[in-house]
Amino acid sequence: MKRSRVVVAAVAAAALVALAGCSSSSGGGDGKTIKVAFQDFGSDIMANFMNKAKTDFEKANPGTKVDLVPIKAAENDYYTKLALMNRAATTAPDVMSEDTFLIRADAQAGYLAPLDSYVSKWSDWSNFFDNAKDAGKGDDGKVYGIPTGTDTRGLWYNKQIFAKAGIPTPWQPKNWEDVISAAKKIKAADPGVIPLNIFSGKAAGEASSMQGFEMLMYGASAKGLYDDSSSKWITGSKAFTDALDVIKEVYQGGLGPSQEVTSDTNYQNTINNELVPQGKLAINLDGSWASNAWLPTGATPWADWDKVMGTAKMPTQNGGAPGSISLSGGWTFSMGSKSSAKDTAWKFITFVTDKQRSLEYNINTAGIPVRKDVANDEKYKTSNPTSEFFSSLVAVTKFRPATPDYPKISNGIQVAMESVMTGQATPAQAAKTYDDSVVGIVGKDKTESK
Amino acid sequence: MTSTLDAVGTDARGRTTPVRPPRGPKTRSRAHARRSLARAVPLVPAIGLLVVFLVGPILSSFYGSFTNMSLTGSAAASAEWVGLQNYIDLFKSPDFPVSVWLTLVFLIGSAVIGQNIVGMVLALLMRSGSRWVGALVSTFVVGAWVLPEIVAAFASYAFFSQHGTLNAILAGFGIVGPSWLFAFPMLSIILANTWRGAAFSMLVYSAALQEVPPEITEAAEVDGANGAKRFFLVTLPMIRRSISTNLMLITLQTLSVFTLIYVMTGGGPGNKSMTLPVLAYQEAFKFSELGYGTAIATILLLVGAVFAIVYVRALKTEVD
Repeated sequence: MKRSRVVVAAVAAAALVALAGCSSSSGGGDGKTIKVAFQDFGSDIMANFMNKAKTDFEKANPGTKVDLVPIKAAENDYYTKLALMNRAATTAPDVMSEDTFLIRADAQAGYLAPLDSYVSKWSDWSNFFDNAKDAGKGDDGKVYGIPTGTDTRGLWYNKQIFAKAGIPTPWQPKNWEDVISAAKKIKAADPGVIPLNIFSGKAAGEASSMQGFEMLMYGASAKGLYDDSSSKWITGSKAFTDALDVIKEVYQGGLGPSQEVTSDTNYQNTINNELVPQGKLAINLDGSWASNAWLPTGATPWADWDKVMGTAKMPTQNGGAPGSISLSGGWTFSMGSKSSAKDTAWKFITFVTDKQRSLEYNINTAGIPVRKDVANDEKYKTSNPTSEFFSSLVAVTKFRPATPDYPKISNGIQVAMESVMTGQATPAQAAKTYDDSVVGIVGKDKTESK
Repeated sequence: MTSTLDAVGTDARGRTTPVRPPRGPKTRSRAHARRSLARAVPLVPAIGLLVVFLVGPILSSFYGSFTNMSLTGSAAASAEWVGLQNYIDLFKSPDFPVSVWLTLVFLIGSAVIGQNIVGMVLALLMRSGSRWVGALVSTFVVGAWVLPEIVAAFASYAFFSQHGTLNAILAGFGIVGPSWLFAFPMLSIILANTWRGAAFSMLVYSAALQEVPPEITEAAEVDGANGAKRFFLVTLPMIRRSISTNLMLITLQTLSVFTLIYVMTGGGPGNKSMTLPVLAYQEAFKFSELGYGTAIATILLLVGAVFAIVYVRALKTEVD
């Protein structure tokens, strides 16, 4: 009997075993070998970039060795994998590519090393934009990441489908209603195409929260999810229910992609590598980087993309000032707190974020530069037909409340979206569930009802 | 796989326990004690491994379920003791009863009914079928059992997905099949797990049926019992113990099925196939709440324990 219980438990706890088996100190030890973890997404853009950086760095610094740890995983799995690696000194990377929205949480978890003493002696640091520097700071105000690039978000639309549906281009919707009515027109004109994609649900992870939900929410309420002045999370907000109403209209109204697409963990790749290039999706609310999949170095090279695809600003709910909305995130290179080769790690971080490599990185990933010298470089400006448009959105862009609680609250948003898009809950019910989970995560005293 | 082997061992050991040494004079019992101690020595490495790899993780998971351990944030640096908070949250959560219900549906549908009955039917058919047919069928059935779980899971995904094999076959008959994994997620994973696990029950039952002495069935036949009567009144009671053992093993295996469900449906759409293991994974690794995830794992352990008690009781009464 006892043994059988042991058996069940062993299997049930199998996933958690990994956590128990961690101890002992870091390998290498000579201070010259560093382990660099990064997300090897979709195509090989990141892998190629990192491999080249490794070779160049080892050549420029004889005696050093860079072990690349490419993690080929969807965004959410990358965060999980990285957190698991960071829990033990033997597996923790010395340098890691880190999403800015996790920096505060991971810094608080003790995974990241503060870089203040290094940046104070680094002449290049003055070349970075201030808001980009802020994105790499922790709750304690220390620098935990050197930014590589940022991004903005807006609407991508297929001009050929628009022409067929009789919608004049260039298209610039003035409010949410304009977006929905365009989608309805397209549905009527060509039932074979998906009118509108707004990332939603648990499968797309953070993309649902940010590209999807927050692009709506922050266009309906200036404060959005979090009141910066009182440092409290907002519950009972009308904007929250309004944003979920849009999700309901899109997914329950047959305007969005099918559940086969949205519940697949490859949801994001399916959209940009398949549905958009195949001309099966008319409007896509997505990031500035979407075109990197179609560049010659991308996963789905598409020569005519700049002729077929147009871009438009995402309007606010009723067209209220400033008329459009964008959100920004971005990635940094961070140093592992358990690293035994911190000086080499820092050298590598400055190496991959110098002007030449930042330029290459931002061109290859269709990113928005965080270095002034890169942003002003002619090579960058002419590299991508959409870079000027997406750079202009910086004027209206907002940042996520990147508190350590944000990742959990973001999950709460995804759960709310998923229950609405599958019809399991009404927007009001889902908003109530979200409010309860926010109170559960941060405590009643850190929320305010509006 | 490990769980199976270990559980078989348990069972074998369980059967020998009723044999107790007779009480005797003190010297004899001391000698006896010394002898059994000596006999226990070879077991030490095995017990050591069990303690390190089974008891250790269980204790750590049990402890973790009373903390706010997390993958990231301040709780990752220093987890705090939160008492029963994880369990209170779990019992208050609307997802939890749904998951328990789906776990039971999955368990009863795919193990108790699916694997058990399909395994029995196959074993019976193979006994009466020709040797050639038996060999062919067992190759196919055992094939599913031999496949690594991830391969079996992907094969099932490919079979049930919207443009998969099943719908291609249905299209051959002019039927437009539904999108099985989305329209009938529970049915799909139950059928997949039945397919994957039936071979195990079939092998257990084939072995058990071979042990039934033909004279007894022949005697029943002479007494005028027809086929169904012979099966229910003679064969089944004679292989009761194999049935209980088999039920226990497949129950415990099915309770912990994760890969198959995660690959096929990911617990979705929504939470329509979110069994307890998938829920535990989601809370621990997707939502970073390790403490909460381990609380679910502990509940799963208790559910398994309840089933194990029921089956062990059933086994005992038969032995007496």
